[in-house]
Amino acid sequence: MASIRGVSAKSFGLKDNKSALPYLLLAPGLVYLAVFFIYPIISLGQMSTKTSSGEIGQYKQSFRFANYVDAFLESKEQFSRSFIYATIATVLALAIAYPLAYAIAFKSGRWKNVLLVLIVAPFFTSFLLRTIAWKQILGEEGPVIKVLRGLHIISPQTTLTATSFAVVTGLAYNFLPFMTLPLYASLERIDPRTLEASGDLYANGFTTFRKVTLPLSMPGVVAGTLLTFIPAAGDYINAAILGSPSNKMLGNVIDARFFKIVDYPTAAALSFTLMAAILILVTVYIRKAGTEELV
Amino acid sequence: MKKLTRWLSKNLIKVYAFLGFTYLFIPVFYTFAFSFNNSGRSNLVWKGFTLKNWKNPCGAPDICMALGNSLKIGLISTILATVLGTLIAFALGRYKFAGRSTTNLLIFLPMATPEIVLGASLLTMFLNLGITPGLVPTIIAHVMFCISFVVVTVKARIASLDPRLEQAAMDLYANEWQTFRRVTLPLVAPGIAAAALLSFSLSFDDFIITNFNSGTVTTFPKFVYTAAARGIPAQANVIGSSMFFIALIVVVVGQVLSNKRKVKI
Repeated sequence: MASIRGVSAKSFGLKDNKSALPYLLLAPGLVYLAVFFIYPIISLGQMSTKTSSGEIGQYKQSFRFANYVDAFLESKEQFSRSFIYATIATVLALAIAYPLAYAIAFKSGRWKNVLLVLIVAPFFTSFLLRTIAWKQILGEEGPVIKVLRGLHIISPQTTLTATSFAVVTGLAYNFLPFMTLPLYASLERIDPRTLEASGDLYANGFTTFRKVTLPLSMPGVVAGTLLTFIPAAGDYINAAILGSPSNKMLGNVIDARFFKIVDYPTAAALSFTLMAAILILVTVYIRKAGTEELV
Repeated sequence: MKKLTRWLSKNLIKVYAFLGFTYLFIPVFYTFAFSFNNSGRSNLVWKGFTLKNWKNPCGAPDICMALGNSLKIGLISTILATVLGTLIAFALGRYKFAGRSTTNLLIFLPMATPEIVLGASLLTMFLNLGITPGLVPTIIAHVMFCISFVVVTVKARIASLDPRLEQAAMDLYANEWQTFRRVTLPLVAPGIAAAALLSFSLSFDDFIITNFNSGTVTTFPKFVYTAAARGIPAQANVIGSSMFFIALIVVVVGQVLSNKRKVKI
């Protein structure tokens, strides 16, 4: 929780230490990340241009960049679906989380800490169990569908699970705390006097929100949307549990390529494309939103 | 009627927040309720109240072995990631040095990479090196994705400290080590504890990266995912609900302890 509060806080009081101490502190962790994050990504890149050497699971390097074209053409449908689902889920999560964060920041009084704990608490029940619970709640035996059918809101043939609706709401649900916490952190930092000042200058509630609160909370909006969009775009659990075969996302394809078809080069090419696409989107988004300092 | 609309417009945001929390907790309540279901192999339909699942949480085959693996992986990964991440956080939060922005980027990138890419890339590396996926590769993977979250959490705590406290200690003739040991570290400790709790919950709940790198080792999320195809035993709901309550107790006790300390100061 404290993490996001300081996301863009300027650190002050830095010591201008000419000794090797900061590097000694950094070395173990950064070496670890170099070996187990950077090097694996390079391995993945190498794998993506290999071709099969005849035996299953054996590959030789032949710099076949056409792997990328093949992989993309074969799964462009799932590729675009991943980004569409992730975008809708992010917007949905923002719409749900913003008032929630606003209420905790400004209206909760002494319940603030309790409510903050409650935002993270669902995390501790395994997210798989919660996703499967949604499947049962929305499913044929569940209460929701019976009520909706009883009130004739949906036809007896319509189902809620195995639809894109279920997958998108599942994604929005699962990453909701990632959206709420950064929003809360940036809203909480707003000096209430700026809101009073706005009122004193004859702005009504809506104008104050649009001209003062919203712009001041933009760092939270940026951090929250990123923390929701990135995992949502790469997720395949929600599509696997709540969706049908026609709701498969890119993650499902990568997973199947690795474990069912055992076609590592294509899987690697797809993973690499996903990562590159997300990094480009994130960079453009951060530039546009004008918040450079994220970490 | 008029009264009601006025009350609603005044409390709209609170009503909305209440609905938001309800949405967040429906599946948690559902999981908890179905831990008392007198079900057979699958736990889909309510068949009556029983305590038998809570009396015998290890009743389903392999479930406690999976839980044990998850706890082991979670504890070891948390300790390693917390140490490595805290050291980096102190360097970033306390010192000026060349290569700062590169370090920040290296910390940010793992958080901006989807889990499936992290899992797939590590598996590719392990296979290239001829290392069989299993317990150790899983721990290596978990430490990797937890480090960044530890750095961000602890760094935020360090940035929120009042530098005058350290200056005061130095003015009172404490040397650098004493200042660190007696002033800085105790003040940063809650941040380190929060980071460790976060690491453990990330590790314990991870499925995607674990699925890529654990080979034949089963963790609790893997157990649930595999069981989902043929029906999840109610014991999984017992374990999921217990973790929820244990975590809540840890957070509440931590809050009470830190409040007590504040009163003393």
